[in-house]
Amino acid sequence: MTVTTSRPGAGAPTAKPAPASPRDYHFPEFERRALANGIQLLVAPVPKLPLVTVLAIVEAGASVEPRGQQGVAALTARLLLEGAAGLDGAALADRFESIGASVEARADWDVATVSLTALRERLPDALSLVRDLLRWPEFPEREVQRLKEQRLAELLQQLAEPRGLADEQFAHAAYDRAARYAWPEEGDAASVHALTRTDVTAFYAARYQPAGTTLIFAGDVTMESAVALAETLFGDWAGVRPAPAPIGIDQAQPGKLVRVVAKADAPQSELRIGHVGVRRTTTDYFDIVVMNAVLGGLFSSRINLNLREVHGYTYGAFSAFEWRRGAGPFVVQTAVKSDVTGAAVQEILNEIERMRTAPISDDELTLATSYLDGVFPIRYETTAAIAGALANLVIHALPENYYDVYRAKVRAVTTAGILRAAERHLQPDQLRVVVVGDPEIVAPLVGAVTGVAPEIITGNGNEVAT
Amino acid sequence: MHIPIETFQLPNGLSVVLSQDHTAPIVAVNLWYHVGSANERPGRTGFAHLFEHMLFQGSADVGLNEHFESIQRAGGTLNGSTWLDRTNYYETVPSNQLELALWLEANRMGYLLPAMTQQKLDTQRDVVQNERRWSMDNQPYGTWWERLPALAFPPEHPFHHSLIGSMSDLDAASLEDIATFFSTYYTPDNAVLSIAGDFDLDEARDMVARHFGAIPRGAGKPPLPDMSLPVVFGKPLREVVPDDVMLPRLFIAFRSPVFGTDEYFAASVMGAILGLKKGSRFHRTLVREQQVAAEATAFTYDLAKGSDLLVVDVTARPGVTTDALEKAVHTELDRIVSEGVTEEEVARAIALVETDLVITLQSAGDRADRLSMFTTYFGDPGLVNTQAEKYRAVTADRVNVFVRERLVSTNRASLVFVPREPEEAVGQSELAMAEAP
Repeated sequence: MTVTTSRPGAGAPTAKPAPASPRDYHFPEFERRALANGIQLLVAPVPKLPLVTVLAIVEAGASVEPRGQQGVAALTARLLLEGAAGLDGAALADRFESIGASVEARADWDVATVSLTALRERLPDALSLVRDLLRWPEFPEREVQRLKEQRLAELLQQLAEPRGLADEQFAHAAYDRAARYAWPEEGDAASVHALTRTDVTAFYAARYQPAGTTLIFAGDVTMESAVALAETLFGDWAGVRPAPAPIGIDQAQPGKLVRVVAKADAPQSELRIGHVGVRRTTTDYFDIVVMNAVLGGLFSSRINLNLREVHGYTYGAFSAFEWRRGAGPFVVQTAVKSDVTGAAVQEILNEIERMRTAPISDDELTLATSYLDGVFPIRYETTAAIAGALANLVIHALPENYYDVYRAKVRAVTTAGILRAAERHLQPDQLRVVVVGDPEIVAPLVGAVTGVAPEIITGNGNEVAT
Repeated sequence: MHIPIETFQLPNGLSVVLSQDHTAPIVAVNLWYHVGSANERPGRTGFAHLFEHMLFQGSADVGLNEHFESIQRAGGTLNGSTWLDRTNYYETVPSNQLELALWLEANRMGYLLPAMTQQKLDTQRDVVQNERRWSMDNQPYGTWWERLPALAFPPEHPFHHSLIGSMSDLDAASLEDIATFFSTYYTPDNAVLSIAGDFDLDEARDMVARHFGAIPRGAGKPPLPDMSLPVVFGKPLREVVPDDVMLPRLFIAFRSPVFGTDEYFAASVMGAILGLKKGSRFHRTLVREQQVAAEATAFTYDLAKGSDLLVVDVTARPGVTTDALEKAVHTELDRIVSEGVTEEEVARAIALVETDLVITLQSAGDRADRLSMFTTYFGDPGLVNTQAEKYRAVTADRVNVFVRERLVSTNRASLVFVPREPEEAVGQSELAMAEAP
């Protein structure tokens, strides 16, 4: 095979162009207000397009669920849309959708969020519907049962879905069984089966309170109009201060562990390798973010270039620290062809070790920091992204100037800081290796590279006799 | 809402679209090549997509991995994607890095082949085969997006065969194929370059001419065969796929008017009436009232050649048999055919679509992609500014014309995924085995 090496169009520039001088960028300005009943308002006027996003952030995430009621936070949030203020779920959907408004309600680990995006002129109508469902939800018994069934259907589907199964089994393997984070955010089959309408109404009464609720406006709206609208719709919402949350969400299960979730004849292995990470409030946050970018956060990271571009083992391999109020997981994830599962695990273990034993190069440091610095304005192009960034401030109680100093903090990270963060926050003796794959092929391979005999389990978590 | 647009063409045939927005110091560069899996020759399914991967492996002046690394180091995001009849490549970068993105795109458009090696091809072949395993072979229902076009387009039609390709065809791809495909399709006269965001018009024109102007025009590409098809299949089509899944899932494809025609907008509104959000017909009847479906959605492929497809996608609730699911879906469709849709349903769909159009146009990357799309398919980027108006012009009468012609039983191609085990074996018993916290 010969390919032409001539340059048919002589004259085009061959050298990489230098950047022009950068233009300044500031995260959109926002202001904070409080209503008399304790509701906090954050308003970022961004009049680029005639669009507004509103988030209602409520202290009603999975972390504050009563013991034994895993999934009640998600079920409660979803049920807000299924009947309120005399309208059933179908009528509520019609009201929102006939004015082109899109609304969602969900609970994550930390909070419950109702999110609304609407054209500017539709905002008052759409937000008054949000008021109805936040303040006067009805939780019809039929809908409670239907949404429970829907969650159970998802869990059933997951038994055949390697990615979801791997995530769930990794959480099981990393956290102590008494920790909330060991169990799925939306509950598992047993806990969801057991939930009742009474559990939902009690959770709502305890957690959906004006004190502890924040309304975030981003988009084509003024401070005055947002405050007036919030005052009209939510100013007379009376409530009590929510009780403190139960403790025990993020304890680790100590020691090494290798687990294979059996999926006979799987053409690929879904891999999760990691351990319990660190809370969002850690003072090492920026060091960890840059360290992870080099390790497996970027396309040009060590893990992805190694597994994908050098070895062709995978379509992609990434690592992440998941940021929650409690210590979320640190996890490397990829899917590799079954017969290279052992080799891929070995490469990942090597890359984690290499991060801890030698400083990264200056070139790697600047790749990660200049990426995180430069991409900052690109992250906030939409009203939803700006509102989400403000929600992050609220959820983690970050300083008001967080987004003003973010880029400088990224640029200040050093190779020494990264090495220290890697030594502290990557723990080879605590790594869990979870593989969803064909046990006959992968168990011996993974056992050989980790030196630990793998436990083999089914998707339900039951042990398979070996 | 109106997006400013300027266009020009280089002497080598490259179409260029410029759209300024100085809200933030960022700029998007987007290139559409008018080639996709439809242009593949027999025995080379998946080649257009494999080729897309090779475009990230460097070019005459760009080293291995340098494309991704340069953009990321500049603080930008990037990717590419392959579709049935086009392939796109795109970057969003800080506005002072516009020239870097243009240089990288021009270098691979003009001077890719010197950088191609057997080893790079072998590695990307492995990566793509793993992409196939990840997205299709090891995913429940994953093969639907290969099987549905195969069912809905006749065997000789360019949209019939697999976009990701068969493992054996991928194995057969050679460096010669790379060279031929490149010189045939990756030419400036077969591409559209769009730039959206914060830039100076004169500077951008100058940069484009400097970086792309010297790349020679192509020798012309082989025309696609006549892709037009009868408006309906003519009889119900049905394929049953036993798969490693827990619940039955039904896809029904309808032949539908091609993207961009007046009839297309009626079809698109019908898709939203059937399956967009909770107020849609299927959610209301199948998910909420009858509770036979766990999920139900509908969408159009938006194909601009031959025939489009409108697709409904319905997953059974646990305990609901495949037969019961199919019967419920067909009953709803038959009811719509006999009774039609209402003005209220049309108004709801249009209101949602209009908001979506505004949401999409917020990001520079999406704006640039739309501009490239309308230019590639219709030679007119200005169509981006007419979409909302075209949706608003759709009436219930127009939707009902579409319904009576296209939703009929002789225009339904059903792809039915069924659990490999007998259906009675799954359901409550499996769930009851899960352990308690």
